[in-house]
Amino acid sequence: MGDLAFSGLAIMTIVSAFWVVVSTNLVRSAVALLFTLFGLAGFYIFLFADFIAAAQVIIYVGGILVLIIFGVMVTNKIDDPEVGSSSRNQLFASFGAVFILSILLTVIMRTEWKIGNITQADETIRKIGSHLMNDFVLPFELVSVLLLAALIGAAYLSRKDS
Amino acid sequence: MTSVNNLFEFIKGIAPIEDTAIIWVIAVAIPALIVFLVMAVNALIAVYFERKVSAFMQDRLGPMEVGIFGFKGGRKFWGGIGQTLADAIKLLTKEDIIPADADRKVMIFAPFFIFLAPFLTFIALPLYENVIVSNFNIGILYILAVSSVGVIGVILAGWASNNKWSVYGAMRAAAQMISYEIPIALSLMLAIIVVGSLQINDIVQWQADNRWFILHSPFAFIAFFIYFVSVVAETNRTPFDIPEAESELVAGWMTEFSGFRWALFFLSEYANMLIVSVVATMVFLGGWLSPFEIVNMPGFDLPQPFLAFFTNSVTGPMWVLLKVSFLIFVMMWFRWTFPRLRVDQLMYLCWKVFIPFALANVVFVSIWELIF
Repeated sequence: MGDLAFSGLAIMTIVSAFWVVVSTNLVRSAVALLFTLFGLAGFYIFLFADFIAAAQVIIYVGGILVLIIFGVMVTNKIDDPEVGSSSRNQLFASFGAVFILSILLTVIMRTEWKIGNITQADETIRKIGSHLMNDFVLPFELVSVLLLAALIGAAYLSRKDS
Repeated sequence: MTSVNNLFEFIKGIAPIEDTAIIWVIAVAIPALIVFLVMAVNALIAVYFERKVSAFMQDRLGPMEVGIFGFKGGRKFWGGIGQTLADAIKLLTKEDIIPADADRKVMIFAPFFIFLAPFLTFIALPLYENVIVSNFNIGILYILAVSSVGVIGVILAGWASNNKWSVYGAMRAAAQMISYEIPIALSLMLAIIVVGSLQINDIVQWQADNRWFILHSPFAFIAFFIYFVSVVAETNRTPFDIPEAESELVAGWMTEFSGFRWALFFLSEYANMLIVSVVATMVFLGGWLSPFEIVNMPGFDLPQPFLAFFTNSVTGPMWVLLKVSFLIFVMMWFRWTFPRLRVDQLMYLCWKVFIPFALANVVFVSIWELIF
């Protein structure tokens, strides 16, 4: 049963990811991206990473995707396929894509994957919390300062009277 | 996955089916059907309740003509008991209109996605200690996560309608729902800090051992009101209904929808009211504990059989429903009491009042926990 659910999830994620790239309508792409992100959250659940799955849904689906659709909606001439998602410089772009694909494939092939047979995960969230607050408190705080700087910068840039 | 697993074992025990895949499908389908029925019945009751409450507040009678099987109460409270049922049948049989210039596929998809958010949220909502579809480790975080995805459906519905009122409504709804998620999450964080667990079972257990969380400290008391006002805004109800403000935007992002897909919006709105009230009850108002367990003072213990009589698997869900109905009634009360806010007032309330207070609450509750 788990295999069947996993296959369904994988097919949904890959097909919708293709749809994101192929679709010429930006909002349709965003809808497809929705399924991709949900599929990824599903994969995290298969890995017993429940906290990461919830964070994926909160941050990517509830935050970033909303921002993308918002940005697309305030763009003019949204129905025009020429805006945003037309294909230009296809030769160079395909070189770039193949380059990145080869790097990814090399990394995937060379990594020694540790395949365990855990069937039940303990409380992951408590461990993540204590790691963040004890072992990795400096990077954690640095990232939050970076985010705060981005927030203030965005607010400053969007003010008209400055 | 505990409850679904239990159901799986139960079905396997009684049904003569060999194929485990079929049993799995049944074990998942039964809770899904129950959740859908709860949502539908909730909408039926809440709509009737809302009409009668609004009638009472405006010194009217409300629906008083449509009975069931000739059972008509006239001017009594149950006067129009069949009204919402008739309305539901009307909605389901209405023509499903899609405007010629609308984005057809997205318009068909959007209402189902809005419906998905409350549907998924119900999975993690308990009625009693173990009466829950699936008991996640991340309880409250899961509820916050899946209830935040509905806003995408709202934006898509508004955009796909290809109507200026719809787009304005969707923009307003998105800004409002995203903003008010922050004070909601920050207020719930107080309970998580104090209890040290995201599971609703543990939070209610803490309240049984100590006191209702609303009385934990002055900060928890403030947090409850921040939470409650924010969820009224999150569910787009008056006085925060600017996304669908009838007098300026026709019906906001719902303008172009009709029939069954419009009914889904309605179902989701009332389901969201139920969800936020259940969360408020579980986190702040003692969950399934009876009012005799508001404060658990040492040395002033009520006898155990007395408490067990009022809080058990029969009366527990009843207390939950009672508290939830009261909160929903207060939401309806708001609706007929306060005028609608302007967009800037709404944003002012969220970003300059609620979020600073909620952040200060988090800091002060942490200090409180260190001292006591």
